[in-house]
Amino acid sequence: MQQEPEIAAAVAVGSRRKGRRKPEFLPGESRRIGYLYVAPAFIIYAAFNLFQLGQGVNISFYEWDGLTPGTWVGLANYREFFTEPAIRETYIHVLELMVFYALAPIAIGLSLAVMLSRIRIRGLTFFRMLLFLPMVITDIVTAVAWTWIYATGGGVAGHPEGPLATVLKALGLGRLVPADGWLGNFHTALPAVGVFGMWGGFGFSLILFLAGIMKIPSSLYEAARVDGANVWHELRAVTLPGLRYELQVVLVLSVIGTLGTFDEIYVLTQGGPGTETSVPAWQIWSRLFNTGQVGSAAALGLIMMVIVFAVTYALNRLMERGASD
Amino acid sequence: MRQRVRFTRRVSVLAVIAIVAFTAMSCTPGTTVTHKSAPPVPTITGVTETEPFTLTIWDQESGQVGRIWDQLNTEFEQKYPNVTVKRVNRDFGELKTLLKLAISGPHPPDIVEANQGWPDMGQLVKAGLLLPLDNYAEAYGWDQRVSENVLAVSRWTPDGTQFGTGSLFGYTTMGEIVGVYYNKTILEELGLSLPTTFAEFEQALATAKQAGEIPIEFANSDGFCGIHEFGTIQDQTAPVTYLTDLIFGLNDLSFDTPENIQAATIIQDWVNKGYFMPGFGGAGYDDSVNLFAKGEGLFMITGNWIVQNLGADSTGFGFFLMPPMQAGGIAVATGGAGFPLSIAAGSEHPDAAAAYIDWMTSDHAAEMLVPTGQIPLATGVTTSVPSGTVLSDVINAAATASDNNAIVPYEDWATPTFYSTLVAAIQELMAFRITPQEFVSQIEEDYSKFQSSRV
Repeated sequence: MQQEPEIAAAVAVGSRRKGRRKPEFLPGESRRIGYLYVAPAFIIYAAFNLFQLGQGVNISFYEWDGLTPGTWVGLANYREFFTEPAIRETYIHVLELMVFYALAPIAIGLSLAVMLSRIRIRGLTFFRMLLFLPMVITDIVTAVAWTWIYATGGGVAGHPEGPLATVLKALGLGRLVPADGWLGNFHTALPAVGVFGMWGGFGFSLILFLAGIMKIPSSLYEAARVDGANVWHELRAVTLPGLRYELQVVLVLSVIGTLGTFDEIYVLTQGGPGTETSVPAWQIWSRLFNTGQVGSAAALGLIMMVIVFAVTYALNRLMERGASD
Repeated sequence: MRQRVRFTRRVSVLAVIAIVAFTAMSCTPGTTVTHKSAPPVPTITGVTETEPFTLTIWDQESGQVGRIWDQLNTEFEQKYPNVTVKRVNRDFGELKTLLKLAISGPHPPDIVEANQGWPDMGQLVKAGLLLPLDNYAEAYGWDQRVSENVLAVSRWTPDGTQFGTGSLFGYTTMGEIVGVYYNKTILEELGLSLPTTFAEFEQALATAKQAGEIPIEFANSDGFCGIHEFGTIQDQTAPVTYLTDLIFGLNDLSFDTPENIQAATIIQDWVNKGYFMPGFGGAGYDDSVNLFAKGEGLFMITGNWIVQNLGADSTGFGFFLMPPMQAGGIAVATGGAGFPLSIAAGSEHPDAAAAYIDWMTSDHAAEMLVPTGQIPLATGVTTSVPSGTVLSDVINAAATASDNNAIVPYEDWATPTFYSTLVAAIQELMAFRITPQEFVSQIEEDYSKFQSSRV
């Protein structure tokens, strides 16, 4: 009975706290019950992603043909990444593709967005839709059309010749047309794949940039103009800083997309001519399904995953640091 | 609070890593392999089961051949009314990727049409997924109907470590041959006769080029056709025994030989002189076949399978084997057995599957298939092919090569990765990205790597 006052005091303290309306947890502060909410999604994620990731890690330590028991080879599959020129070359190709898949779409998307936001023309929505269209149609379908665009027929009468060669010849630029077609020529195959990707990719950046520009208060532009700014100044001082987040999204997504390039290689070139358009994802697929090197494919897939993570993290840090400057 | 967030984040990261690591520590991938021994010789041939059941077959036949297969299947079902034949049709590339998954699954097909060689059949034999057919061959007399070299390309030691000898894992009575098609009209216009030596063939190429004709109709964006162009030249520069042993992996051979360098040098020389169709690097095989059928190009080096595109009874085209280096020598050609039929180890009806294979390789089936350009290999098949047609040329050429023991198996069977390696290397060779010496070294690297891993 002696303790009663203490309890009462404790209760009093508690109630006093309640009285001050200080809840046990702040809204948004993490609580254990949160795990319960996350659990269903996490279980599905673990069953369909993490489990397979683990299996992939396991397989990557073996030399395995996919059928018979594998042989433990330790890190040999990972070592291949540094020693095999066929693998190194895929990353060089993907770096080249970055120019077409990430840098060019941003440049084109940005200039088009600036143009479209400044001029008033009839049917603007229609043109916007038209420019966005390549983004909506499946790569596989457009890639088939592009094989035709890139065909040259070797300049033989009666051979199927694509419109690109026809137009160039009509302009008197026939010497720019490679005999093997843009996709069959060792020097032009990779840039040709790149141009296809650029065409498919700039619509995405355009739409994001257009939306971003509309968000920028017009008073900023007016103020800039009052200060005597020209188009270039406006772009540097108002538009680009205003589009920082859009730029970040486009850059990160397009870089990840480039690293994962597969569809267009499968349809346009099959990694050829030679191995001129072989990219990491193609190499992984080919090892997995064509040549029965499952362990090596798993190791390369995991390395690619780590690279994608690292690049994404680096890009985000870079952009955030830029923002705080 | 900040610290607490950091703590929980660390806990979740650790949890994810733990799950990944836990699954990663699981056992060796791949199931234990058991190699089934050949089922006993059936006392009665044909389908003996009376209960209704389904035979599933995975094949890669299309076009006319595919339609004839459907017809043969219907006839088989009429012969054995309790059997339903279910055909799963995939193209060559799809079958390559899907077959291993299908046949190693819980409900494998009964019969599969797998390509010979290390990339396909070799992998399946090694994994114990195909049945040895030796006793069926004895019961049905398959080994008496075709020559040993047709059977050899489907033979493997039961553990799948040696190609070309051992148990029989696939059977076919249809053959293939790669040689030179020619356009009779153009040949006549140029005043040329059929070349009998390699030098005469090269002379014909020069004449055609000078007259403004395309000497060789050829397109290589698909890659496989380049293997046949190179192989056809290599068949004349290198000895038959070398080529056969190389593919079967016998006698520690190397790809880096003067004969192979010579073949690579010749093909580069032909590119240099403009003997191949302009723009071949960017054109597709099917297009080149259509253009040749329409009358473009003096020659086309490819296999018997384009006979149906040219028209089996066409008299406008002819076919000969690439002539030998020396006058009076033997013309060697790539080819031999067509796609064989095999029985999956997991089939519940192996005896019925054997009866089905016997039906599909019967003289009756051959008679139906020959007009599509397939070459009958079984002795005693009588086909009425009118002489002077492209089909009769193809069949006669194949018979000559077979009689001379001058047929070399497909080179891309030599290692599991050889097809991809050859395609890329030949494209690079023909674009002068690599020298003939670099070409043979590049291929030798793949070859020796596999051969040393085998022992």
